[in-house]
Amino acid sequence: MSGASAIFSVELAYWQQTILRSVGVLAAVLLPAGTIVYLFLFKMMSFMQSRIGPNEAGPYGSMQLLAEVGKWLQKEDIFPSKADRHLFAMAPYIVVASVLLVYVAVPFGPDAWFAELDAGIFYVLAVSSLSAIGVLVAGWASANKYALIGGLRAAGQLIAYELPMLLAVVGVCVQAGSLNLFDIVRAQADGAIFGWEAVGNPYILTQFAGFAIFMVATQAELTQPPFDMPVAESELVTGYMTEYSGIRFLLFFIAEFASAGAFAIIASTLFLGGYYLPGLDLDANYMNVVGPLVLLGKMVLVTFLIFWARFTYPRFREDQLQRFAWTVLIPLALVNILATMILKVAF
Amino acid sequence: MPKPRVPGMLIGLRVTFVELMRTMFPRRGIKTFIPAPSLGAVTVQYPREKEDPAPRSRGVIALHEGNCTACMLCARSCPDWCIYIEGHKEKAPPRRPGGKPRQVNALDRFDIDYSLCMYCGICVEVCPFEALFWTPEYEYSEPRIADLLHDKARLGEWMDTVPDFEPYEAGSEQKVKKVPR
Repeated sequence: MSGASAIFSVELAYWQQTILRSVGVLAAVLLPAGTIVYLFLFKMMSFMQSRIGPNEAGPYGSMQLLAEVGKWLQKEDIFPSKADRHLFAMAPYIVVASVLLVYVAVPFGPDAWFAELDAGIFYVLAVSSLSAIGVLVAGWASANKYALIGGLRAAGQLIAYELPMLLAVVGVCVQAGSLNLFDIVRAQADGAIFGWEAVGNPYILTQFAGFAIFMVATQAELTQPPFDMPVAESELVTGYMTEYSGIRFLLFFIAEFASAGAFAIIASTLFLGGYYLPGLDLDANYMNVVGPLVLLGKMVLVTFLIFWARFTYPRFREDQLQRFAWTVLIPLALVNILATMILKVAF
Repeated sequence: MPKPRVPGMLIGLRVTFVELMRTMFPRRGIKTFIPAPSLGAVTVQYPREKEDPAPRSRGVIALHEGNCTACMLCARSCPDWCIYIEGHKEKAPPRRPGGKPRQVNALDRFDIDYSLCMYCGICVEVCPFEALFWTPEYEYSEPRIADLLHDKARLGEWMDTVPDFEPYEAGSEQKVKKVPR
């Protein structure tokens, strides 16, 4: 296991590795985010609403995203006069950073990773909840009541759904016996369901309740409909993003869709077998190329589920949202953990 | 025992998915699985293809200058004050030989400022002389806002696009008015 420290058996200095990793993470964040925005936000949503969607920029409108980015970069970066300038300027970077940090721990292949952490899933869940701080900072620093209410709602929501997400992941960790994402992938590849070994054991089959809870919690963590009270435009303008414009708004936008990709990748690693497909050799060298593609395919599949729900359901009310988390998801997740532990000990 | 029902949440997912498939794969037969969203979408791709507006839609107001007596009713009833009328009195030749010359109101200026107009149609309703008509034309945007002020020549050009009034339903005692051409 050498990771980025040696490529084609060329030893790299630490600063060269650092540059390589930074560029790699940026590519790993922006490419899936762009794919998600074009495939789902632009095209799938349009088709679900019986329209064509962007079709002027590039073939089939594929360059639309570049046009949008160009547009946002041209716009003036406005600071409200009463805003806390430094916090206001910093907030979008905190949100983006939390997404970038999630990708660091993801296993893309046996040697294709940015960092191998023993408590990988713990790290992922920890840094992904950093975005709540960025959102709260953005809401506070805007000096705008809508932004503040939006930020508070976002913080409350992220805290409420962090818990079921964590508890859903605990079931997987119990079954795999590890917090290391590589070991979780390996456990799914080598596993067996009551002695049946044909497809290994992707945990979606044995941890289906965990997967469902994880996906619902993901939806809420992303503040996407039906859980988008923090940006409820009919009540709060656009919540914590109200005062942002130009590149900082663009950063929030990127963070939203990059974290959709990040959570989809984490879900496919935890529940769908990660970069492994039945029939492939888990530790072979070719998996460093095939693995990322497999993972990307699974990510697209999971983001399809996320966006399908997003475009289908109307928004919850704030109290319904909190009640759903505390009275349905968390007890369900606890029961799931209990059942997993009993079965783990029994078999 | 009540029949078991599919939860509404799942029905919602089915609705959006069916709509996605219907838009993406509208064709049947051998081409079923070739995506053709431009056929499946219900929207009109405006600059390339144009929608046929309904004959009574309120696109723009046409002026039949011959009927206008510069009575100012439309200008006074306009909520936006976007109609500007100027006229003067003239002597017209008598109807019969030997009669007195008639006094008529001649129209010097009749402008509608479409940058102000809110398409309420009160001027058309209030006109007692059948001088104003709705037409369904809608393509008269301008790069300069001042060019949205249509003078009486421009308003007169719209008269060609006024559709005939539709007949009332059978048994109606009202007679259909004729559009002056």
